Amino acid sequence: MKYAAPVTVEEAQHLLASDEEAQVFAGATDLIPQIRAGRKQPPLTVDLKRIPRLVNMRVEGNTWVIGAAVSAAQLSSNPDLAVDFPGMTEAAALIGSDQIQSRATLGGNLCNASPAADTVPAMIVNGAVGVIATSEGTRMVPVSDIAIGPGSTCLAPGEFLLELLVERPPLRTADAYLRFIPRTEMDIAVVGAAARVTLAEDGVVESSRIAIGAVAPTVLRVDEAEAALAGRVIDDDLLDEIATAASERGSPITDKRGTADFRRHVVGVLTKRVVAAAAQRAGGSQ
Amino acid sequence: MSRTHVTCTINGDEVEFLAFDGQTLLDALRDEVQLIGVKEGCSTGDCGACSVILDDMLTCSCLVFAPEVEGRSLTTVEGLAEGDQLHPLQQSFLEGAALQCGICTPGFLVAAKSLLDKNPDPTEEEVRYAVAGNLCRCTGYDKIVRSILSAAADIRETM
Ligand SMILES: Cc1cc2nc3c(=O)[nH]c(=O)nc-3n(C[C@H](O)[C@H](O)[C@H](O)COP(=O)(O)OP(=O)(O)OC[C@H]3O[C@@H](n4cnc5c(N)ncnc54)[C@H](O)[C@@H]3O)c2cc1C
Ligand code: FES
Ligand code: FES
Repeated sequence: MKYAAPVTVEEAQHLLASDEEAQVFAGATDLIPQIRAGRKQPPLTVDLKRIPRLVNMRVEGNTWVIGAAVSAAQLSSNPDLAVDFPGMTEAAALIGSDQIQSRATLGGNLCNASPAADTVPAMIVNGAVGVIATSEGTRMVPVSDIAIGPGSTCLAPGEFLLELLVERPPLRTADAYLRFIPRTEMDIAVVGAAARVTLAEDGVVESSRIAIGAVAPTVLRVDEAEAALAGRVIDDDLLDEIATAASERGSPITDKRGTADFRRHVVGVLTKRVVAAAAQRAGGSQ
Repeated sequence: MSRTHVTCTINGDEVEFLAFDGQTLLDALRDEVQLIGVKEGCSTGDCGACSVILDDMLTCSCLVFAPEVEGRSLTTVEGLAEGDQLHPLQQSFLEGAALQCGICTPGFLVAAKSLLDKNPDPTEEEVRYAVAGNLCRCTGYDKIVRSILSAAADIRETM
């Protein structure tokens, strides 16, 4: 297994073109355990962290441009990002321990394509778009379409994620992310839920996006709950209604982390809590 | 199998070594640089026994490919003491009986140093979060947390 650390996008592309089985990586927090477990054996590993474009984040016009290999520690300590996207920031801050935070990246979390990846629901509710380097240049794909099943993405061989684009939120808009794990740190989500709510001036919900993780092969939007919220004031009955919609939306499995029934129940509870949290933030209180 | 020449700074000294293909930083530190303070507990990022500080950031050396550290700066547990003078964290672990078998200790010391370098006056909760990535199966954690808090107080006094 060879190692290469290109410093430009073009150099990375040449390396990937030289071997179809070459694999890019950023923090290697998913890749190295997978190699050790014998699940992957790439002949060439391409480290993306020496390419400046991939490890920088900035606001351009009205859009956040976040390099795919920016670390979770870098993300979760950026005060401006936390103002625009408190939910996405808290999702990034939940990944692993300090040791993992210094390495884990958004690009890796997304392209590893685990249904339980914490940042993915939060990116989806914010309408994040991935910029993918292709042999012809770049193509843009919404984050919701990048992971297509556990462990697989829509990226073709030789392609990799350059950066994530996220529009700054409009007025009276905020996001939130919650997950359930049996302890407070260092575990993989049994269920995760993200919401973004935009309130009208009179306090009714103007629009919302809700995404749930770890209850299906990929992260799901809960369209029915979003429709139920539109034009209404959030109260307990409405929250119960969207909880039911979220519980019915997934097709969870039973595994060592929880039974399908438990997941269905918890995703409803988290959905109503996360919508309430986002709405409260959107209304001006953290 | 080819080998990659790596130059980096470890505990303030320039170090060169040859890394095997696919070798992790953990294995390279132990097998090529003979720094055996860094321990292997799991090799999957869960136990923190292999913790090192890589360019000011706490990291599991088992999740780093050795050639990644080319040109970068590392601190391992061997870098804590100054000559015969133990680091206040090491002294307080000894006095507070914060270790039994000791396999987790280098990782805890490095994680605690990383915390105190950034936050010299942490709360107990902050200490507990800072070592959440380190597992100990002997001490029950309480003595470790108390030793870190007491070392922090010692360091603040001497500053
Ligand atoms: C102890 C521990 C705790 C963890 N806790 C959590 C947690 O709480 N929540 C959570 O969601 N995850 C968790 N994880 C999983 C992991 O840390 C995250 O998924 C992380 O975000 C992966 O990022 P990475 O840069 O390390 O990925 P890598 O391992 O570098 O890459 C992962 C995969 O994505 C691909 N990839 C990476 N970057 C790109 C790119 N730019 N373009 C195309 N493909 C790319 C790689 O080829 C590989 O297949 C944990 C892992 C460990 C070891
Ligand atoms: S050996 Fe690296 S975390 Fe356990
Ligand atoms: S002292 Fe034995 S594992 Fe911590």
